[in-house]
Amino acid sequence: MDFDLTDEQRLLKDSVERFVADRYDFERRKAFLAAEGGFSRENWAAFAELGLLAVPFAEEDGGIGGGPVETMIVMEAFGRGLVVEPYLPTVILGGGILRHAASAEQKADLIPRIAGGEITLALAQIERGSRYDLHHVETRARKDGESWIIDGEKGVVLNGDTADTLIVVARTAGTTRDADGIGLFLVDAKAPGVSRRGYPTQDGLRAAEITFESARAEAALGDPGKGLPILARVVDEGIAAICAEAVGVMDRMRDLTVEYIKTRKQFGVPIGSFQVLQHRASDMVVAIEQARSMACYATMMAAEEDAAARGQAVSAAKVQIGRSGRFVGQQAIQLHGGIGMTMEYSIGHYFKRMTMIETLFGDADHHLEKVAAGESLFAA
Amino acid sequence: MDLRFTPEENAFREEIRAFFRENLPEEVRRKIVAGKHFSKQELVDWTRALNRKGWAVPHWPEEWGGTGWDPVRQYIFLSEMQSHPAPPPLPFGVNMVAPVIYTFGSDEQKKRFLPRIANLDDWWCQGFSEPGSGSDLASLKTRAVREGDHYIVNGQKTWTTLGQYADWIFCLVRTDPAAKKQEGISFLLIDMTTPGITLRPIQTIDGGREVNEVFFDDVKVPVDNLVGQENKGWDYAKFLLGNERMNIARVGMTKERLRRVRELASLERVGDVPLIETPRFREKLAAVEIELKALEMTQLRVVAGERNREKGKPDPATSVLKIKGSELQQMTTELLMDVVGPYALPYVPEEDDDAPDLPNEPPIGPDYAAPMAPGYFNYRKVSIYGGSNEIQRQIIAKAILGL
Repeated sequence: MDFDLTDEQRLLKDSVERFVADRYDFERRKAFLAAEGGFSRENWAAFAELGLLAVPFAEEDGGIGGGPVETMIVMEAFGRGLVVEPYLPTVILGGGILRHAASAEQKADLIPRIAGGEITLALAQIERGSRYDLHHVETRARKDGESWIIDGEKGVVLNGDTADTLIVVARTAGTTRDADGIGLFLVDAKAPGVSRRGYPTQDGLRAAEITFESARAEAALGDPGKGLPILARVVDEGIAAICAEAVGVMDRMRDLTVEYIKTRKQFGVPIGSFQVLQHRASDMVVAIEQARSMACYATMMAAEEDAAARGQAVSAAKVQIGRSGRFVGQQAIQLHGGIGMTMEYSIGHYFKRMTMIETLFGDADHHLEKVAAGESLFAA
Repeated sequence: MDLRFTPEENAFREEIRAFFRENLPEEVRRKIVAGKHFSKQELVDWTRALNRKGWAVPHWPEEWGGTGWDPVRQYIFLSEMQSHPAPPPLPFGVNMVAPVIYTFGSDEQKKRFLPRIANLDDWWCQGFSEPGSGSDLASLKTRAVREGDHYIVNGQKTWTTLGQYADWIFCLVRTDPAAKKQEGISFLLIDMTTPGITLRPIQTIDGGREVNEVFFDDVKVPVDNLVGQENKGWDYAKFLLGNERMNIARVGMTKERLRRVRELASLERVGDVPLIETPRFREKLAAVEIELKALEMTQLRVVAGERNREKGKPDPATSVLKIKGSELQQMTTELLMDVVGPYALPYVPEEDDDAPDLPNEPPIGPDYAAPMAPGYFNYRKVSIYGGSNEIQRQIIAKAILGL
């Protein structure tokens, strides 16, 4: 057992941390958000240059063969910088579906273009009635000769408004909440019958409501009736990734808060000299360390083949991240006082991103219910 | 980064489990599972069995009986001991005074005391806290005045756990009342049979008598029993308290207690449904398990970090372990009490408690219920001792955050 990084992992960590430190200060981030599409194409090209967009893909597919640890390194650094580029939807979610479900030809076509920064992806999964249940799929896919025709509505599709390629979760058989009969389809975002209504999310990122009216899919990814286990696996990988991002966000919230209470003076002294604030800050440390531990645990279990054990671990991590994140975020704002409420100061933006991560792929209640229904985390 | 145990580490774990299975009397194990106390003799026998195997003091330097295991193996050993469960070695000897003696003591002291600690020939207890000195330990008043080749000790110590069995007590005493409070303290080893020492038990809210007050009235202590230098005792005490926090998370113990929660919650019924199958209870249990899994990973991170740390310098993150570890131990006692429901109420004294002569009566309610409420009451102590959780927050604020 060890927590040490390999030399290659340390290099990756240095390079992504340096990128964030040098090129991602709070003022520049505002400019990135204001750009066309809500992120910086220049940064995206730089990610490609640094190899970040190739991280989780196998070398034979044009990637660099990284695993969950490499993803954790990237996401944690992105959390610290509050990076807005669509790395999660493109590389982790879309890319994850391709890694686990696409044919060799499909991979050869798409992965080099993702790694090169030419295209971004979005995973169209959520529906109005699904909440966090992956098996709740009303959107339909019907066979038309050799191709598939999609009808239905998807909501809160991250990066949905600018993605070039959509991966759509649609039902090929059965009824709305059946586990079987779910397929994963590659759809050109500009295909006839696809209409997108884009909008900003609370944390400044972008999403879309997408309607499919007899939209023709380019292809099915994998078996069109057996997509659920793959989707679940990719969402587990996504949860591990945002747990790592959350740790970066929380670390930064702690640092900003401690810095602030050391300098802010009231009653003639820095407010950080008051014991009540010191203890609150210490409780933030405890909550963050517990979260970091569970992000490591989720990372370790993200590649686990046994879906039940993997899901149990990832859900446990999401509960911890959700609870720690809510506590740390709320305290960060509280300890900043009035300035923490302002849009022009950075802490509120970390708080908002943290809050969105808490909800993404299921909140703490949702995942606690899953953990409670399953085996003990300490079985055998 | 690979958080799985290696095949060698897993084999090591199996070796330890096998030894525990074969050498610890089942009756002792069952007492711990049931939340009852084991006797002094049972702990002595068990410590000697470990010592014969060479495992009584794994973390000590090898020349004094340590095993030379790396921090991961040390951790595996401790956590297996807790989760088996087997009685932990008496901490006042092996974890508290012994590291002070082998780090700061004289050769004489090492030879005289260490082998007897490892074999539990001497039972040690702790003389730190005083009635007026709890969290502000350095304000302690017990005086030691040098007279020729002796110190004359006067004063009072308190919260001395299991002092009723003790042969020796290690004490912080004031040797220079004129100096700044941290700079006038010395670390003395005192034979409990010395004239002038009296002990008074304190009954705690659970009904037990594990802690005591110890009074010193002109107690003559040879100067040879001073550890290290006079007036440097505070440094040794800080060293000792840092070591204490390393072992305080007790993840293995809480795991074992949660197994017990599951076991009893499947026996207890709500109408026709076992308690363990009710969603509300399952979620409560799952929430504790998640925090415990997180703590286990935090503990492993600290353990792995030990390899890269200067020896003898405790990681301030151990304060995180102390806070979370104690909270989880307490939450688990709450769960156990909640599981037994109304049968948490009857007060059934343990034999060595208050009961004069218990006739051989059947238990009141289920036989597992009686220790649960006392266990809950007793474990309120864990967020108070070892540096209260508020003191741990001070340590985090200063040592980690620089506030």
